Amino acid sequence: MDQWLEGLEPIVEHQDLKVPYRYSMGATTSKFFIEIRDQKKILGIRCPKCKVVFVPPRSTCGRCFSPLDKWVKVSDQGTLQTYTIVHYPTPVQPAPTPLIYGVIKLDGADTGLAHLINEADYEKLRVGMRVRAVFKEERVGNMLDILYFKPVEISKGQRKKSTRPKVKVKKGGARGVKRKA
Amino acid sequence: MSEKGGSLLLAEFNANFPYEYSAGRYASYFFKRLKEEKKIMGIRCPECQRVFVPPRPACGYCFVRNSEWVDLGDEGTLWGYTVVQFPFLDPLTGVERPIPYGYGFIELKGAATRLQHFVTASDLNKLRIGMRMKAVFREERKGNLTDILYFKAMEE
Amino acid sequence: MARRSKRNVAIVATGQTDHRSKRPDVNIVEMINEAVRRCLDDAHMTMEDIDGVVIGNMEHFEGVFFTEMWSVDGAGSFLKHGMKITTGGTTGSSLALAGYYHVASGLFDTVMTIGWEKQSEGETTAGLIFQADPLWERATMSGAIGSFAASASAYMHKYGITEEQAAKVAVKNRKNALNNPHAHLKLDLTVEQVLKSKMLAYPIKMLDMCPTSDGACAMIFASEERAKKICPNPAWVIAGVTRHDQPFGGDLEMVVNLRTLRSATEEAYKIAGIKDPLRDFDVAELYEPCTFAELSWYEAAGFCGPGEGGKLMDSGATYMDGELPVNPSGGVLSTNCIGATAMIRVAEAAIQVMGKGGKRQVPNVNRAMATGFGGSWWSDVMILSKTP
Repeated sequence: MDQWLEGLEPIVEHQDLKVPYRYSMGATTSKFFIEIRDQKKILGIRCPKCKVVFVPPRSTCGRCFSPLDKWVKVSDQGTLQTYTIVHYPTPVQPAPTPLIYGVIKLDGADTGLAHLINEADYEKLRVGMRVRAVFKEERVGNMLDILYFKPVEISKGQRKKSTRPKVKVKKGGARGVKRKA
Repeated sequence: MSEKGGSLLLAEFNANFPYEYSAGRYASYFFKRLKEEKKIMGIRCPECQRVFVPPRPACGYCFVRNSEWVDLGDEGTLWGYTVVQFPFLDPLTGVERPIPYGYGFIELKGAATRLQHFVTASDLNKLRIGMRMKAVFREERKGNLTDILYFKAMEE
Repeated sequence: MARRSKRNVAIVATGQTDHRSKRPDVNIVEMINEAVRRCLDDAHMTMEDIDGVVIGNMEHFEGVFFTEMWSVDGAGSFLKHGMKITTGGTTGSSLALAGYYHVASGLFDTVMTIGWEKQSEGETTAGLIFQADPLWERATMSGAIGSFAASASAYMHKYGITEEQAAKVAVKNRKNALNNPHAHLKLDLTVEQVLKSKMLAYPIKMLDMCPTSDGACAMIFASEERAKKICPNPAWVIAGVTRHDQPFGGDLEMVVNLRTLRSATEEAYKIAGIKDPLRDFDVAELYEPCTFAELSWYEAAGFCGPGEGGKLMDSGATYMDGELPVNPSGGVLSTNCIGATAMIRVAEAAIQVMGKGGKRQVPNVNRAMATGFGGSWWSDVMILSKTP
């Protein structure tokens, strides 16, 4: 081995890079967030050719390349298409862990919206569950004006059978004790 | 945050990215000699004999492994410089870097490449190409390039 | 050594947004879409006619990565072949070269290349820091202005180039931009005004330096068969060459003698049979981030000998009525949306060959050249011709 390598301590340099970004939303996206901010209303945009309602909205239909301008109101309630419970923390995260993150198809939309889920009983979470948007009191015009989606209570008769496998939860184990998020 | 009353909104994102860079063997050795002995080391290509600073594992000209470390001393000639006078945000600190300051390329004795660093003189207006410059080191060194605070004109 | 492609490839259409310092009316995807639609209109084509899309920008300016994914709606690349290229200042010309290579390979017949930047959405100098080596250059990095200034002072010292000669470049290019409807800065200046403008970093003053712009540019490359059907006067690609250098600012002489440009132009000229670029070309779009760079890069591109860049400027040879008009579009000094800037050089050269230059058209263009440059010291050169 080269002599100079003997006993050489490898150096690791830590750097925190801070950069401020300011993104223009454009007219279409701005309208979507203004409706949420001012009216607590969620809008979708419809492609007349493909007959698809996009949420979040966009100016061009990716599938047929038509320009889009037909706004429709969609519900603030929808169906949970998929979800996960995130346990590991990282320096950049929208909420403290554990957090639930999922895709919600709002009634009237044909595409899913990714967002946080809260006020949910972990054991009762399931694909197909009905959820409703919870809005912030003071809204500013961005995606976090919706704090999260929470489960909608439905009667026993309407409830579907759980799709989550029954797992024996050990006290203090990975998912811990049954609790609300 | 958005403009209330306007129909075009802005999405703000103040990014703070944390990174851990492995310096690697060549840089680690350079910074060790700099921190412990206030020495600026270059590395020589065994084929073309060029001495490179900053050091690097291979010679770009010959594509062979560089092998011999060379003490470049702490004096050099100012090859090119500027005095930076425009304000800008320094992402390393998150605030504007204090201006004006000098910045340029130093030709250290025996090196085939020039070292980029801060440069200064008793009066920034006195900086001239061809001036002899001397490295000024930090008292408490950390093992990175800012252990050299700047190169200062020797005429004073 | 690079070769001339066996398969003839041409640029058949271009589209650009009207470049501005800020475009708050559109988001990134919508801005990209504008350039794409204009390019399709120029070609009288639809997205269905395009086999693949190559897109890129300098990602650290906006801090949004994976453009190839989230721009799909606006770029028209849904379920199409696609690729993303990001090479700093040369992004645009790397994209153009990629378009050329895709079609030249014989695997594709029509490829759209899209370069864009929404520079107003980040902080330019802060963004540039991501480009600097973390251990050796980040702490001292002073943006593009600092790097050019430190090298320009050495250039002036070595050859006696004056600030007046550099100022002439700013006057020429910004005046040319008055004829370009897409240009960001359209200014009728005097040398006096340039010399009196605010000093940013000696010797570079405000009017010596390029702006930052929000804008996008799209082009379509086509095979010979398709080109002849799409466009009456396509711009045939004769040569495309790139060069890299060693990584650190002190390893090379960016303004004094740009090795990568010298080497790339030498090879490109060999491929294209160019013996005397000043006479053999009818127009050149030379990537110039600052005035001093244009003077020095005249030399690196072989328009004149070492140190003679200032003299060439004084002679008037590179003005619109000179021997070789350089930057009739206004150049980078007039429009700089980084991811698009180098592509705009190729697009403007193509516009000249295709005869679509309108007020900025140089008469009788047979051969044109375009160069790209990036903070990675990379140089790209493309040579276009009226005949394949």
